Amino acid sequence: MRRRTTMGLMGRLAAVVFALVLAGAGAARAEPQQGGTLNSTLWPEPPGIVIGIHLNAPTLLPSSKIFEGLLTYDFALSPQPMLAESWDVSEDGLTYTFKLRQGVKWHDGEDFNAEDVVYSLTKFIPEVHPRSRPTFARTTVTAPDDYTVVLKLEEPYGPLIRSFDVIGAPIVPEHVYNGSDIRENPANRAPIGTGPFKFAEWASGQYIHLVRNDDYWLDGRPYLDEIYYRFIPDSASRALALETDQVHLATQNDIELVDVARLAAMPHLEMTTKGWEWGAPISWLEMNLRREPFNDVRFRKAVMHALNREFIRDAIFFGLASIPTGPIHSSSPFYTNDVPNYEYDPEKAKALLDEMGLEADANGVRAQIGLLGLPYGELWDRLSQYIRQALGEVGVEVTIETSDVAGWGSRISNWDVDMSTTYLTTLSDPALGVARSYITENQRKGVLFTNTAGYSNPEVDRLFAEAASEPNEDKRRELYHQVQKIVADEVALAWLVELQWPTIHSAKLKNVVRNGLGPNDNFAEAYFEE
Amino acid sequence: MDFLKRFAENRGAVAGAIALALIVVMAITAPLIVPIDPMSTRGRPLLPPGGEFAFGTDMLGRDVLAGIVHGARISLMIGLISTVIAAAIGVSVGAIAGFFGGWIDDLLVRITEFFQTIPSFIFAILLVAIMTPGLTSIVTAIAVVTWPPIARLARSEFMGLRRREFVEAAVLSGVSRFRIIVSEVLPNAVSPLIVMGSLMIATAILTESALSFLGLGDPNRISWGYMIGAARTVFRQAWWLSVFPGLAIAITVLAINLVGEGLNDALNPHLKGRVRIQT
Repeated sequence: MRRRTTMGLMGRLAAVVFALVLAGAGAARAEPQQGGTLNSTLWPEPPGIVIGIHLNAPTLLPSSKIFEGLLTYDFALSPQPMLAESWDVSEDGLTYTFKLRQGVKWHDGEDFNAEDVVYSLTKFIPEVHPRSRPTFARTTVTAPDDYTVVLKLEEPYGPLIRSFDVIGAPIVPEHVYNGSDIRENPANRAPIGTGPFKFAEWASGQYIHLVRNDDYWLDGRPYLDEIYYRFIPDSASRALALETDQVHLATQNDIELVDVARLAAMPHLEMTTKGWEWGAPISWLEMNLRREPFNDVRFRKAVMHALNREFIRDAIFFGLASIPTGPIHSSSPFYTNDVPNYEYDPEKAKALLDEMGLEADANGVRAQIGLLGLPYGELWDRLSQYIRQALGEVGVEVTIETSDVAGWGSRISNWDVDMSTTYLTTLSDPALGVARSYITENQRKGVLFTNTAGYSNPEVDRLFAEAASEPNEDKRRELYHQVQKIVADEVALAWLVELQWPTIHSAKLKNVVRNGLGPNDNFAEAYFEE
Repeated sequence: MDFLKRFAENRGAVAGAIALALIVVMAITAPLIVPIDPMSTRGRPLLPPGGEFAFGTDMLGRDVLAGIVHGARISLMIGLISTVIAAAIGVSVGAIAGFFGGWIDDLLVRITEFFQTIPSFIFAILLVAIMTPGLTSIVTAIAVVTWPPIARLARSEFMGLRRREFVEAAVLSGVSRFRIIVSEVLPNAVSPLIVMGSLMIATAILTESALSFLGLGDPNRISWGYMIGAARTVFRQAWWLSVFPGLAIAITVLAINLVGEGLNDALNPHLKGRVRIQT
């Protein structure tokens, strides 16, 4: 009790001093301010909050405030320091040396050092992190001293430098996990990291509560006192919570795209589509190249000409999308738009179908095919409806097939489908997120998010392989440009839109999206302006 | 003549019959009134009512009026077919149970009760989800969940008639049981069944709309429930997408109910009043 009174008195004193300072220096208002509680939506409730053990989108958002990686990435996906103060890649691309930051403490008070990094990269990630396991399997990790870590490769691997963010390579405490069953460790429910926010509480069905890490390695950070991630199951309620300022932040799928423009126009809210560069999601129409008529490139080109992708962007994604030209996302440093282009032209589509000998019958039908739509809600249903109607106009009769998520995944991964819609994050480097959908050796029946379309071209395989092990960025870019030309010319997939996830936040909340990790940044710099 | 007179005494029933007749004509002549594919894009998305499109356009630029007119075909067809199937199952089960009695009756009543203990809408959702959404699965699901009340009604009618002299006489004179059921008992039990069946069409239309609203409709065909379901997220931006199909469902169901009540008055003059159905 007594303590609280003193605190109250101190608080009031501080407030008076603060007010005087403010009155004296009105211009200093642009300075970030200490304090405040950030309420964010989070949906669905994540299965766990340790990055790596879980990689679901709702895991990443809170977990990226607790844990940190060696590096982070700006909007152009160039590496920036995080737990590593500096780094050096040898001329031959085989040796990566990281100098670690000193004076960093884990949330339980222990010192952070090279042992933690070695443990994370050689034990933790290979054990639990499916996406990064193959990357770090190529490396040998050693620690010459307490604050130096060296990674050695057998052959150069271009994507490695983009693999050290908190999502791809979270650094976990060696003293907590070593010698335990990682998946069963009690720290998974109350994680210990180095990040600017500490785990406080997880009220099941309600919220995850994080509080300020007072011993954070960057002085004066974070600015916020605490963060609540609130589970709000209904998108209309989430929109309402933003409107009424009960929550200050929503991102990705939280808000129905149809609602985004309305919310963005509100004076107390701001919207940005930046900050998902690391994910770079592309949605496409996948045609099963093992079946007729999809095995004929003319048919695939006809499909591209029959679809009005501007309409898809504007009417279905409400402008929160852009039109891709090929397999690599336009925000990638390896992107080129110098590829065959498919403008909306139904006549051209019909001509191609005629050329194939697909004549229209008495009802104007040239071919009958099925379309298995992504079962992620109405937006994707409308996309299927549109594809059905647009292809119908050139004489391709589409029957929409419906399924739950599990059935959708199982049919696509077992190649038991004509056409399907999906979207996939193409990740920070084409070798990590793009090649998997096109290279022949990744046609793995039964495994989702592989080359399920059945595309195969030895030249493309060679270019992808060469680009992955080429240390020189300019040469890699050149190789990826060639890949894009070939794959776009052969319409390996019918790329529909690049998704732009909206992040909507209170106008008072500053520094929300500062780099390529967007809302998955650690929020050390985020603050409320008042 | 008598029948028509009694029916006409109920003004609501007459109004309902006229409305229903108009809706049926609209459904039958849909391709003539609005000769376009209701699933095709006709204009800019989300145009408000008035102007080129009397009822506006939906999120994909489809004509809402075309959707209403063509959707009537699906809604009425599903209502009618599923009711015919449900009535066929229900009357057969009820007739056999009521006519023969004994252990057959016990068995069939238990089966009927088994179906009645499952909440019918949840059961319908389950069936459609298992069979994958489509016209056939929706019709089947509705029929499967709606036959028990008909069976119970048919059974009670048949039990009453079974002990009447003309039936006993037919039994004694050696007429086959099947012929007795079909040509002696059924004609005398048919009036309440018709009334109930007519009201069940309305329930079936509502069930189909509810299924489509939940995204369990046939994605390749337009129906009123589908239109509302697809539009509910944009209700604040585009009210017309939900209101017009909603009105269409409300008017149709009301009209069928009024007609059903009129039929009840006309067919069972001594039972004049309301029919209660459990579904």
